Amino acid sequence: MFSYYLRLAWISIVRHWGLSLLMVCAIGLGIGAAMTTVTVNYLMSANPIPEKSEQLYYVQLDSWDVNDPFDDGLNPPDQLTFTDSSNLMRAQKAFRQNVQAQAFGVIEPEDPEMLPLIVNGRANSADFFTMFNVPFIYGSGWSNQSDESKEFVVVLSKETNDKLFGGEDSVGKSIKLEGNMFRVVGVVDTWQPKPRFYDITTGAFNESEDIFVPFHLIADEKISRSGNTNCWKPTGDGFKAFLASECIWTQFWVELKTEQEKEDYLQFLNAYVEEQKQFGRFQRPVDNRLSNVMEWLEVQEVVADDAQMMMAMSFMFLIVCLLNTVGLLLAKFLGKAPEIGLRQALGASKATLFSQYIIESACIGILGGILGLLLAYLGLKGVEGLYGDYMQGLASLDTNMAVLAVGLALISTILAGLYPTWRACNIQPAQQLKSQ
Amino acid sequence: MLETGLILRALARNKIGALLIALQIALTMTIMVNAIFMIQDRQHQMQRDSGLDEANTFYLTNTVFGQDYNIQAHLQTDLHMIRNTPGVIDAIQINAVPLSSSGWSMALQHEPGEDKDAVGSAIYMVDEHAINSMGLELIAGINFTQEDIELRKDGQSTWPAKTIITKAFAENLYPDDWQSAVGKTVYISQTQPMQIIGIVKALQAPWNGWNGVERSMLVPFHRESKGSYYFIRTEEGRRDALMPIIEKALAESDKERIIRRVTTVEDTRKRSYRQHNATNKILTTVVITLTLITGFGIVGLAIFSINRRTKQIGTRRALGATKRQIMSYFMMENFIISAIGNVIGCIGAVGLNMWLVSTFNLSPISFELIAFGVVALFIVGQLAVLYPARKAAMIAPATATRTI
Repeated sequence: MFSYYLRLAWISIVRHWGLSLLMVCAIGLGIGAAMTTVTVNYLMSANPIPEKSEQLYYVQLDSWDVNDPFDDGLNPPDQLTFTDSSNLMRAQKAFRQNVQAQAFGVIEPEDPEMLPLIVNGRANSADFFTMFNVPFIYGSGWSNQSDESKEFVVVLSKETNDKLFGGEDSVGKSIKLEGNMFRVVGVVDTWQPKPRFYDITTGAFNESEDIFVPFHLIADEKISRSGNTNCWKPTGDGFKAFLASECIWTQFWVELKTEQEKEDYLQFLNAYVEEQKQFGRFQRPVDNRLSNVMEWLEVQEVVADDAQMMMAMSFMFLIVCLLNTVGLLLAKFLGKAPEIGLRQALGASKATLFSQYIIESACIGILGGILGLLLAYLGLKGVEGLYGDYMQGLASLDTNMAVLAVGLALISTILAGLYPTWRACNIQPAQQLKSQ
Repeated sequence: MLETGLILRALARNKIGALLIALQIALTMTIMVNAIFMIQDRQHQMQRDSGLDEANTFYLTNTVFGQDYNIQAHLQTDLHMIRNTPGVIDAIQINAVPLSSSGWSMALQHEPGEDKDAVGSAIYMVDEHAINSMGLELIAGINFTQEDIELRKDGQSTWPAKTIITKAFAENLYPDDWQSAVGKTVYISQTQPMQIIGIVKALQAPWNGWNGVERSMLVPFHRESKGSYYFIRTEEGRRDALMPIIEKALAESDKERIIRRVTTVEDTRKRSYRQHNATNKILTTVVITLTLITGFGIVGLAIFSINRRTKQIGTRRALGATKRQIMSYFMMENFIISAIGNVIGCIGAVGLNMWLVSTFNLSPISFELIAFGVVALFIVGQLAVLYPARKAAMIAPATATRTI
């Protein structure tokens, strides 16, 4: 029976091809628009490190001005002062801890023919690599001992290693960075978390770094820092005074394995702030926070307002398309009243009629879904082209999304077909036969 | 209006069909009006004056990596060289570029002290050539002189004694009379006095999304820093030819630095507003497709309802109705449905706007825009129904006799 209804549906769709085309296009456009925006939102809010996002916590302490709170007092500052992150680092109270900031430098290749290279870097602690599951092609990150003995070590990105060493295993070799020789200890494989959760303050969808160097090199003025700096209190003269100032520019992550460890760490932070209060710092009420990866992305509003607004609009758009379909299906099925009357008179039950017309709606839905998928693909390409690197790699359809698109089209068209089908099933055969 | 009564009674017999169109129109209206509103809002932001002579300016970054490098001496030779290149109007060293999204900000306050109210402003560290190099307009007070320019070391916390601010910043500091700002002393870094010596008409901060984007100040500093920008203004039409020439001249004059990111201010503006532009294009596409879908939906439904009523139309024609009357019947029918849709649509549009205002901090929608939406949808409806109505009018009176 099912294949018979399919054939009937096909005949009906082809016979009223203009109307069918209109419906398929409407559903296709609606699904296409909805899927484009859903995909963008879905990828923006994706979990970049699902295997341990619950164990990684971003640390916030409220060290800000008592007269003029940060973010109007809603959230503590989004970074830490050098003083605080150094103290937390020294305490070593978490399972793993990482202090970091953005950095940059110039590499002078050995080959005098090659031009010097400006690289974006990250200055971080040894734990960075193990905490964030950074994949390596050669070697590994540096050790905590290297941090303590202030060694000049560097981890290169795959791209930088390709440029400097032609992709060879460069572990043990040296590079000249900012006038100093650094020993290469590892080469990172292609690694681009999206969003780049470990540093959102400099752009959640920026590219990952060219090089990674120990954080202490910033304080020793061996490498220049970049990224955001925010101050509320005047600083003294010179770099030493800047390091000791209330300016925030460092980020601090900890890895805590259990809920208990998290509780303990928060207690430690609170005790630390209480202690600092005695030196006249932290004059605002204690407001220390530990946010895991997904919470931190939420707090920092990584999903752009624009994307959310467009998603809301595209769903309304889909509703318009579905209303359109309801109207057109209604017109079509009611136009078939004489045929329905005849079939009923020949013994077709309401149930058979119902399944026949629902199958016809479903066929239109599937066609619309396929068209929608195609349009969503084009839509995402368009979004990528329009937004440029901001959305680079964010706009891609995966199987989940494809299934969702066709499923959404199917379900919404069947829903849209319910009322017209019901009306069609309730046609009085006698009346239709009389007027024939 | 006998006709109207007739139409209403006919509509009442096919409530659902009419209601579906009305709802479609209502939703289209809701989305269209809000989308257009968002487009206008972004366009308004993009049209704000940066204060710069955008068509004839560009900049580049100068990164020094050599050790024991005399930054100050090189700065003087570089600036001298660029300023004397034929076709260049003027050039400066600067710490940040308007609209580029990275820069410095500081807060100024009327009185010295820790707990006083302060207003944030973008900081541009420049010399006395800034007004000429950026193409700014000095509307009150005076420019810096060469004697005002101090050398700033990295990490230095003291500030020069003079500053030039934008008109918007002056209005913020002295709401009663912005011109009175000239000669006044304000405090930077909580306690250090600075005297406002001049006011420029406009100069935007580097961050286009900041609500204080019109507040900037020029500070007379040459920076002794390993990384800085050179900002250059050329004669009309000579920018593109001069960009590679200056880049080459700088790169070749000295091998212990890297010249990078030679960029026009126009490109910076484009980049800065790329997201705005993209969103606007998407919204425009949405509005157009939506209107088309609604239009075609009206066409499809009208054709069907006319097909169903072929006999009745034939009968009316046989009884003496003119083609005009048949056409106007369907036009009128659509008008009534559109009217219902538009009423619901107005409520929807305001409702959606209220949600957008509370969730995304947009401003409330204007009455004119809603009126525009109403008129536009009436026109779309009438245009959409035109072809089916003409088809209906062409139905021959004889049709009535044939099938009975």
